[in-house]
Amino acid sequence: MFKKVVVTGIGATTPLGGDSKSTWENLLAGKSGISTLTQEWVTKHELPVTFAGQAKTPATEVLTLQEAKRLDPSSQFALIAAREAWADAGSPEVNPERLAVDYATGIGGVWTLLDAYDVLKERGPRRVLPMTVPMLMPNGPAAAIGMDISARAGVRTAVSACASGTEAIANAFNRIRNGEVDVVVAGGSEAAIHPLPIAAFAAMQALSKRNDAPEKASRPYDIDRDGFVMGEGGGALVLENEEHALARGAKIYAEVVGAAVTSDAYHITAPDPEGSAAARAMIGAIEQSGSSIYDVVHINAHATSTPVGDIAEYNALKRVFGDHLSKIAVSATKSSTGHLLGGAGAIEAIFTVLALHERTAPPTINLDNPDPAIELDVVTSPRELEGSNILAITNSFGFGGHNAVVAFRSTN
Amino acid sequence: MALSAAEVLAGLAEIVTDETGIATDVIALDKSFTDDLDIDSISMMTIVVNAEDKFNVKIPDEEVKNLLTVGDAVNYITKAQG
Repeated sequence: MFKKVVVTGIGATTPLGGDSKSTWENLLAGKSGISTLTQEWVTKHELPVTFAGQAKTPATEVLTLQEAKRLDPSSQFALIAAREAWADAGSPEVNPERLAVDYATGIGGVWTLLDAYDVLKERGPRRVLPMTVPMLMPNGPAAAIGMDISARAGVRTAVSACASGTEAIANAFNRIRNGEVDVVVAGGSEAAIHPLPIAAFAAMQALSKRNDAPEKASRPYDIDRDGFVMGEGGGALVLENEEHALARGAKIYAEVVGAAVTSDAYHITAPDPEGSAAARAMIGAIEQSGSSIYDVVHINAHATSTPVGDIAEYNALKRVFGDHLSKIAVSATKSSTGHLLGGAGAIEAIFTVLALHERTAPPTINLDNPDPAIELDVVTSPRELEGSNILAITNSFGFGGHNAVVAFRSTN
Repeated sequence: MALSAAEVLAGLAEIVTDETGIATDVIALDKSFTDDLDIDSISMMTIVVNAEDKFNVKIPDEEVKNLLTVGDAVNYITKAQG
């Protein structure tokens, strides 16, 4: 007998705000979290891209000095988001052996690794800090959360590039659904606004080079989109067995009703232009929900603002929804936040949950000239979502051909 | 010019506070790093490396296990300054 799974807490720190509330408000207000980078390393390395979505509230302003010193920025964001989500859920009393963490990152502790290499080259091995390994490991964010909330039912890390955050939520959902655990803190974070990842993503022509207008650079579905914009931060959701949540009188945002993960086996970075595996992920999540495609009223699209990626996702959407696609309100929130890589799926899951709970689909900004090849009903100003028991899905796709989709149903 | 034991203690206390957040005035000569100050081996190695930098001394890895108290470390550093 499968268990019902609900969302009882949310937390985030993003380019739009230091918590989930301010992030959501700024998202609805159509603000951009993207700005010019003023760090000296941008000019020192003559980076071809000079902007990104930096966390609105620096993590070091929230954590104690000692906490921050022992955590890579990716773990700092994770801990901040998880603590907000945990408090939002009412800091529940949970049997630690029924409490788990599924928390993702796309890259891991890239700042720690590269800083340590600089120290090694300049000052020798004796000066490489002993905390380097636990700080750079990709499971560091999950482990930091696990220790903070005393989760003893397993702390896991999905690593599937830009699908990581959504895959982590899918994994968490299945553990509760299968009755293995009662509560999971799930999500993902990323802190890769560092000259090396910027240079590397730019080298593969993945990043927008709109250096003269950073706030306009992330423009999914626009004819003039020229790549994605890196963002940083993290998101966390408290997923809970519904019976467990009801027994303690918890506030419920929405129900998690389905999740699916598929893979393209097509190309290491390019999406399959047919989108068949991406479509299967969407269908899998919707089928698991027991609903049909006609119940889906809202999609938080992956929509990174790359020329080929947005088209490939559109092709997949057409495969899944056919004529019903024109009735679905599609939001491309990376237009405001930039692309948080391993954290993207987490904050977009939060946006999807809030869209259902608040009955408001968030806007897509910078859609000045819609690409005529993409016939979607893109939400450009906050739009009311009507009805009860409505369904929404969030899509995430990652280099490596990873596709991850989670479906949510309204409960209010 | 070598520092006095009191000066070494003050400098070492700063390093320990910076690494652990423990109040400087708690860090006294008779305090055990592990039992009293709850400093783990990773923090201890960070403190050792920072102390080497600050006092311009070498503290070999095999010596670190003998530095059980703050006083042990202060004595070692004071002598090592030579």
